Amino acid sequence: MREDEIIKLKDVSTVYEGESRPAVKDVNLALKRNELVYIVGPNASGKTTLLETINGLLPPFKGNVSVFGLDVQSNGQKVRCRIGYVPQDFMVKPGEPYKALDVVLMGRYGHIGFLHHPEEKDKKSALDAMKLIGIEELADRPMGKLSGGQQQKVMLARALAKNPKILLLDEPFSNMDPDSRGQIPNLITKLHKEKDLTTLIVTHDIHHMLESCNRVIVVSKGRITFDGAPEKALSIVEDHPHTTSLEASHH
Amino acid sequence: MIWLEYAIMQRALIACIFAGFLMGLIGVFVVRMRLSAIGYSMSHGAFAGAALGVATATNPLVTGVVFASATAFLIGPIADKARLHADTITSIVFPLNMALAFIFLTLAPQVGLSSQVANVLWGSIISMTSSDLVYLVSLFAATLAIIYFVWKELFAIMFNRKLAEADGINTRPFIYLIIFLAGVVITFSLKLVGGLLIYALLFNPASTVLQFSENMRKVIVYSPLVGMTTTVAGLFISVLFNFPAGSSIVIVSTIFFAVALILSPKRRRKEV
Repeated sequence: MREDEIIKLKDVSTVYEGESRPAVKDVNLALKRNELVYIVGPNASGKTTLLETINGLLPPFKGNVSVFGLDVQSNGQKVRCRIGYVPQDFMVKPGEPYKALDVVLMGRYGHIGFLHHPEEKDKKSALDAMKLIGIEELADRPMGKLSGGQQQKVMLARALAKNPKILLLDEPFSNMDPDSRGQIPNLITKLHKEKDLTTLIVTHDIHHMLESCNRVIVVSKGRITFDGAPEKALSIVEDHPHTTSLEASHH
Repeated sequence: MIWLEYAIMQRALIACIFAGFLMGLIGVFVVRMRLSAIGYSMSHGAFAGAALGVATATNPLVTGVVFASATAFLIGPIADKARLHADTITSIVFPLNMALAFIFLTLAPQVGLSSQVANVLWGSIISMTSSDLVYLVSLFAATLAIIYFVWKELFAIMFNRKLAEADGINTRPFIYLIIFLAGVVITFSLKLVGGLLIYALLFNPASTVLQFSENMRKVIVYSPLVGMTTTVAGLFISVLFNFPAGSSIVIVSTIFFAVALILSPKRRRKEV
């Protein structure tokens, strides 16, 4: 593994238990430090599976995944403490007994260590992350009373509260209002630059790609079918109005 | 309340306070971690174990703990590995434990349907001994200490197990810990309401409090208090009307839940 490669997947296939067809198949991928990469593709193409294989939530059926130079399967906890993850369409039901600040603070738990409790500095980190996203006024609100977009921001703050080195964001702006869709991606760009974050963003919408995006990966039927410059990806999309056309044009 | 002058009733009252508190406390984790099916199977595992104790003239507490733990440690990993739906496992293990319990009880014909068997089936709070109380109070202290130290992990897992994993928590040992604690608490509380009704005592207090609170810290404080109140109120009613204590406790706890369901602001809001 090259020193600047922070994420490396070698011949990785991931199969969900009870299924015979791999959700991700024979993927080879290397991401360098400070890259901002978009993963695009149609529904059920394996984008989420790819993210969860990278952070070790899903064990690969074959191949090897290393993050920070560590094998993810044998160092899962250590690796995930430094990865901020925002899952797709995560919604807390109304009436759930958790305040927004509690949920953001949970992002710090991996750092705090076994048998220790959160200290003031952890609460400050959680509140700082909420301020950064512009949701500090939601700190004491129950999660279940927040809108979908607000909940998504809480999840983003949770991911940032752990002071991550890698951000894995799965459709992170899908429930946000138009204003937030403008502001939050800019914030991600700023953090990516200032904090030297390696960032992977899964999306359907290639047209709203961040300016600082270095690379676009297209996933289709569990395989990477395009991996290249954003300009090239966009020019293909202009010829083919649907993102899914990217796969066809590169086969 | 002249009855409280009798040592036997004093012991019953103390048992109600500690067991009610513990069941209400552990119930929060069992409900929130969606371990209800496992809890259900375990409570009947404890019943089968206690029945074996009666049949073999062994301490039913010991055999109860062994059976409840064995049930938990069989079901937990099987459910994890086989990705079976919890209902499937419960549907298989519940009748198995009941079948074993009745076989164990018939293995000891000299015991027959004696008071010992009835104690296991329906509970016998007045048969609480001083050593039972010592065990219960020790379990109370140990459980509080364990929960205090691993609260952070339990809190995150109760919110969402997958996200807790994503934040670097190895969730499996904590889930097994709660399953084990539930097994032990169920067994030690078996004398309160018996093997057939104990399940209600585990789930009703937490389910009652969850109708009101949107703050998990309050839930974890109020659920044991509700558990304790229902067991004590049930005991008073049983003495007052000469009803079986176990049944009285379960009926009070069900009434608490029904009232909570009607008064719940969460439900009222939903209707608007």
